Amino acid sequence: MLKAEDYLVGETAWCPGCGNFSIRNALASALSELELSPHEVLICSGIGQAAKTPHYIRANGFNGLHGRALPPALGSRAANKNLKVIVASGDGDSYGEGGNHFIHNIRRNPNLAHLIHNNQVYGLTKGQASPTSEQGMITGVQVNGVAAPALNPLAMGLVLGAGFVARCFSGEKEHLKETIKAAINFEGYALVDILQPCVSFNKVNTWGWYKQRVYFPEIKDPQDWPAAMEMSRQWGEKIPLGIFYNHPRPIFESSLPALEGEPLASRPFDPASMSRVQDEFL
Amino acid sequence: MEVNILVGGAAGQGMDTVMNLLGKALTREGYGLIYTKDYMSRVRGGHNFSRLRIAAGKPWSNVETFDILVALNEETYYLHHDNLAPSGRVIYDPRLFDLPDDETRGVSVELENLAEEAGGKVMANTVAVGALLVLIGLPGTAVEELLKETFADKEGVAEENILALKAGMDAASRFCSSCFPLPSKSEGGKKLFIDGNQVLGMAALASGCRFLSAYPMTPSTGVMNYLAGKMKDYPIVVEQAEDEIAAVNMALGASYTGARSLTCTSGGGFSLMVEGLSLAGMTETPLVIILAMRPGPATGLPTRTEQGDLEFAIHGGHGEFPRAVLAATSHEDAFYRLNKAFELADRYQIPVLFLSDQNFADTHRTVEQYDFSRLNYNRCLAEEGQYEEPYKRYRFTESGVSPRALPGQFADQVVLVDSDEHDENGNIIEGAQARRLMVDKRMRKLTALAEEMDEPDLYGDPHPDTLLIGWGSTYGVLREAVDALSASGAKTAMLHFSDIWPLPRKRLNSLLPEVKLSCCVENNVTGQLASIIRRETGHLINRSILKYDGRPLLAHEIIAEVEKNAES
Ligand SMILES: Cc1ncc(C[n+]2csc(CCOP(=O)(O)OP(=O)(O)O)c2C)c(N)n1
Ligand code: SF4
Ligand SMILES: [Mg+2]
Repeated sequence: MLKAEDYLVGETAWCPGCGNFSIRNALASALSELELSPHEVLICSGIGQAAKTPHYIRANGFNGLHGRALPPALGSRAANKNLKVIVASGDGDSYGEGGNHFIHNIRRNPNLAHLIHNNQVYGLTKGQASPTSEQGMITGVQVNGVAAPALNPLAMGLVLGAGFVARCFSGEKEHLKETIKAAINFEGYALVDILQPCVSFNKVNTWGWYKQRVYFPEIKDPQDWPAAMEMSRQWGEKIPLGIFYNHPRPIFESSLPALEGEPLASRPFDPASMSRVQDEFL
Repeated sequence: MEVNILVGGAAGQGMDTVMNLLGKALTREGYGLIYTKDYMSRVRGGHNFSRLRIAAGKPWSNVETFDILVALNEETYYLHHDNLAPSGRVIYDPRLFDLPDDETRGVSVELENLAEEAGGKVMANTVAVGALLVLIGLPGTAVEELLKETFADKEGVAEENILALKAGMDAASRFCSSCFPLPSKSEGGKKLFIDGNQVLGMAALASGCRFLSAYPMTPSTGVMNYLAGKMKDYPIVVEQAEDEIAAVNMALGASYTGARSLTCTSGGGFSLMVEGLSLAGMTETPLVIILAMRPGPATGLPTRTEQGDLEFAIHGGHGEFPRAVLAATSHEDAFYRLNKAFELADRYQIPVLFLSDQNFADTHRTVEQYDFSRLNYNRCLAEEGQYEEPYKRYRFTESGVSPRALPGQFADQVVLVDSDEHDENGNIIEGAQARRLMVDKRMRKLTALAEEMDEPDLYGDPHPDTLLIGWGSTYGVLREAVDALSASGAKTAMLHFSDIWPLPRKRLNSLLPEVKLSCCVENNVTGQLASIIRRETGHLINRSILKYDGRPLLAHEIIAEVEKNAES
């Protein structure tokens, strides 16, 4: 079995004190504890600070385009259902540029864990508002403060039918690791929104700001959708953490007859055996 | 000898079904034909029509004039009667409209009434087919057989349709029977009756394509329909993406993890895909994109044809990276050509664009059965022991092609791909030297790739005075123009491209300095191939024949232009 450190590779390009480090460590520990070998895991990401994760974790990696982490993850599940697919990307990437894929992959429900490093800001491009930035937050572009109310990804996930909806904070490391493990093991699309301080550009939602507010509510029934909705809508003085909802439903892959048996990628094929497909045109 | 038929009516009148039935029946009887569609972007109303040409040998394109007009509504008659041969006939329903008093070519058949008597108004088209059969002197047996096959699982429907068919035959036989004798049958065994999109769908399936993600867009949707229809019997996943951006990125994910992958679209969708195309170039992920062109810009003419996206296919996507651009020229060739697209994508780990257009996609032709043993399935993946450890996805090689492994293929080896510039491992880099090395590695693939391109097809006089140059779906119409011009004594040939990029230039370089007149014939307004040839070879093309009204080129139009040029 590999130790958590064995999954850590590369020289990170993050700012000292950035919440991304804790998320990376939690992911490495989760992979280690789940005894997943690097070649069995695929991490897909878009572009941003969070999206650099595939370079810093030893696993297969598809570091694609900004906003486009989910579509290749879906394609990879179709081609090789044996891979454990994890999407690790930013809030801008997942909810802004990639918003349409967010909506429709929740509906599809492929078997993947979507970890959103939610620093409520565009880190890589130096601090513009993201869809989850607090209303009123002043940035170099939103000079009069963010006008629109923040998007609530968890409520959105619940409304769209996500079967696994969780909120974590990068500062609550043990909880984060356990939640990531649960998300990876969950059969279907698992949404894990991780509050992550950006020490360089988010001066509103700092580590201390989060630490003061987060708490662990008692979750009596993880299949109680109204209760999950209620928790997902709590924001402000108190911010609940936990797996608010855990209720599997049939996954994307199960609707595809082609995926029965060996993964598509490894099946032998001979075009000459196909000649009868033209008979319908005779 | 040949027979030409035009059937027109409103969208929603079910012409398609009828023409498919008739076309297939004629094919089974051994005739060679082509069937093209001219339809509007609407589901009901408007004016749609189809042309069917039955000719000895192999008709390659359609013609403007015809012998039989089936006017399913009054508008059809007025829009088309000018092009009906003086000795022609109009099949129409006298209960729907009257022909003008001086029109002597009418064959009045109470289409709707007879259909109703047979079991339902919806079969009016079947009655029309019956009438057509009589005029061309074809017995009803082949159509009856087909009706039985088509409605095998619908109790009584075939029988009712056969009644309708016979009613149409009886009604028309009072006017004229076998007045348009059919040409001689084509040689050889059983033939296929198939449209361009079906050719491509079937070629993809038989090439081992395992994943198609696409967003519906005319005229590419037929490929998606075909492959979706195969999902229950063959190991292929067809996913309707939420948009074309998702479509191309899904296909890249599936390809990266090992499935032969495809996406298909038209110009607007391709515009959304080009960032993904560039990602395929950067990550060196094999991908085939079928781009079925229609007139732009923007939404353009959704159901019409154009060759306006050649330059876009060659240059679309930011940054510089190797790619191949191939085109569908004929039903005969496109089947094998799309297989080549998949092979090139895998061999060179590049995106390959396959250009089709509405004219190709929606046209049915009678063609020989395909030889599936000519198709290849070489994934060019690294085998155990064929790569250095640790595995590096972008290891430098002389050819520029790195051994490709799949995620999970080898225990303890990982495969990292990146849209940022990267090192051999796939890790982000920014150094000048590292960047230069990786650009050079990618671009080195072009040397061998260029050698893979087939020279353009040369047809006609081997030492022509006039050389017509074209690409893509104009193959058939150019062939017929060359035949006609040659028959009238002019030394004419055509040079026709199916592999376009990297541009094969040997034949251009040898022929262009020799000919008196070179003329590019294209379905666009700027003469894109002519510009590419000038840029790539330095040869100037003397003339261009361009058509950009959304309709396919016709042989007589090309002939008239060439003759005008010859005079001036
Ligand atoms: C198509 C495209 N548009 C814009 C960018 C520039 N860009 C890169 S990352 C980014 C925002 C990143 O924000 P987020 O996803 O929240 O990631 P973070 O850096 O905060 O982790 C932007 C706008 C890009 N790379 N590609
Ligand atoms: S900019 Fe913010 S998110 Fe990016 S590395 Fe620095 S602290 Fe982390
Ligand atoms: Mg962010």
